Amino acid sequence: MKKLTSIIAVALMASLVLASCGDNETSSNNTESSTSGSSVIASEPSTSTSETSQEDEKLTGTVSMSGSTSMEKMAKALAESFNAKYPDVAIDIQLGGSSTGITNAQEGVSDIGNVSRDLKEDETGLVAHKVALDGIGVVVNLENPVEDLTMDQIAKIYTGEITNWSEVGGEDLEIYVVGREDGSGTRDAFESVTGVGENAQYDSLQTSTGAAKTTVATTPGAIGYVSFDSVDDTVKTLKVGGVEISTDTIKDGSYTLQRPFVMVTKEGAELSDAAQAFLDYVLSDEGQEVCVQVGLVSIN
Amino acid sequence: MTDTKPAAPRAGLSKARAAKNAVELVMNIIFFVCGIASVLCVAAITFYMIISGTPAIKEIGLWNFLFGTEWAPTASDPKFGILPMILTSIVGTMGAILIGVPLGLFTAVFICYLTPKKLGKLLVSAVELLAGIPSVIFGLVGMIVLSPFIANVFKIPSGATLLTSMLVLAVMILPTIVSVTITSLKAVPQEYYDGSLALGATPVTSIFKMNIRAAKSGIITGIVLGVGRAIGETMAIIMVSGNVPNMPNLFKSVRFLTTGIVSEMSYSAGLHRQSLFSIGLVLFIFIFIINLILNTILKKGAKDR
Repeated sequence: MKKLTSIIAVALMASLVLASCGDNETSSNNTESSTSGSSVIASEPSTSTSETSQEDEKLTGTVSMSGSTSMEKMAKALAESFNAKYPDVAIDIQLGGSSTGITNAQEGVSDIGNVSRDLKEDETGLVAHKVALDGIGVVVNLENPVEDLTMDQIAKIYTGEITNWSEVGGEDLEIYVVGREDGSGTRDAFESVTGVGENAQYDSLQTSTGAAKTTVATTPGAIGYVSFDSVDDTVKTLKVGGVEISTDTIKDGSYTLQRPFVMVTKEGAELSDAAQAFLDYVLSDEGQEVCVQVGLVSIN
Repeated sequence: MTDTKPAAPRAGLSKARAAKNAVELVMNIIFFVCGIASVLCVAAITFYMIISGTPAIKEIGLWNFLFGTEWAPTASDPKFGILPMILTSIVGTMGAILIGVPLGLFTAVFICYLTPKKLGKLLVSAVELLAGIPSVIFGLVGMIVLSPFIANVFKIPSGATLLTSMLVLAVMILPTIVSVTITSLKAVPQEYYDGSLALGATPVTSIFKMNIRAAKSGIITGIVLGVGRAIGETMAIIMVSGNVPNMPNLFKSVRFLTTGIVSEMSYSAGLHRQSLFSIGLVLFIFIFIINLILNTILKKGAKDR
């Protein structure tokens, strides 16, 4: 009897495995679509329509966006607050990276392409709308006497060329390089702006801004990076090339460890009413306020 | 008239019996559903892990996935090798066992044989309390207390290393090992110990040569359960391991299979996310194997008796 049950169990397992192979095509597609971060912010029920005017309610349609993963948080926040105003517009946010956003906008696949860097020269046929700025602070332990690093020094520390604080004017202390996990927007921004790219050599990878700050705060030789809005006094924020990080220095471009968030549209193509309204909303004071809330610096 | 009189109680009796049977049946169904529920859960999890774990392995290639030494899922030429994580999980668990088992065994021997009853009770409740502490607390203490201590002792920039993770895991598996060992030591007949003493052996010799041997299968069960706990632990070690997917090195930051999944789940997309499910599948198979070993030991132990 026991043998019989175990045989049945084995057969069941085997059939499960086989079934999973057969279903593979569809199941992988499923996971693809559900995991690639596509998210349709459905038109919300008319709870908020009471305050919107008659004109607003008429606006319907779909706005499709695709591109940078780093801009997902901002795009979602904007979509949510936009939907509070125009509940009948569906906003579809697809990810895939800045280059995907550019291609999709050029080919008209998406209304808007999300690009988290300046456009390259060969990326033409697009209208770029700079919507926000993303600044990154370089932080060290409070006991570290170093105040200022150049972009080049930061890059060399993260690629492992500089390994001791004495090489950049500090104490004789081994540098402990703290970063964020693969897929983090802050890591992506830091590595692309400093030019470190994929050559970064980390001693510690933390899964959140808070954890990264705690690690830096408790490790005397540590250096780390955090997004601008989470800079605080538990750690020491360094000047980059002599410039302190602040909303002003990020806006006027003198603080160089920053990148723009750009929404691109196809040149010469007529945007749908919904897409145009969304873009206008993003650039409005209200939309910029949302950007500031998710930790970015407004362009205004 | 006289005929119906005895019939009435009989009808009542059968009615009561029918009601009893109905309750019995309903209860049977309830127990059946409960029993099936856990089986269904296991089946559903197995099914889900296989379904969601295989696509990425297929795309990456089993060999590249299991034996690749580089993990760079978001690079322009992505690499999905989890060998560093597999080895870290194995080495880390072994280290925890090497530290935790002697400690746990001696604690159990001390509690069972060498301590006054009152102190023994206190020790048992302390160990039980240790089992109830949430793993995040272990991680927190490891991060704030143990990690700087290790950094100071070994003169390394940070204590977020494999060694720290091993120590934290060793403490975490102690309660399992201690309590299972105590139970199996208590099951050893008193005559064994007395007989050994009567033959002229000292108490310590009797304990180690006689009682521990007699309780062997129970102690091994405790160790295997400890292995299971150590290999599946996530929260505590994510706070003390540093999370860089290096090959296991006592004084360097490492990443375990479990922390590999957790640390990247939030921002991952596409193949990157699917590969995290595949790590889960590998972990699942590890646990499955551990359970098989445990079952074999238990069966063998039952046979010996």
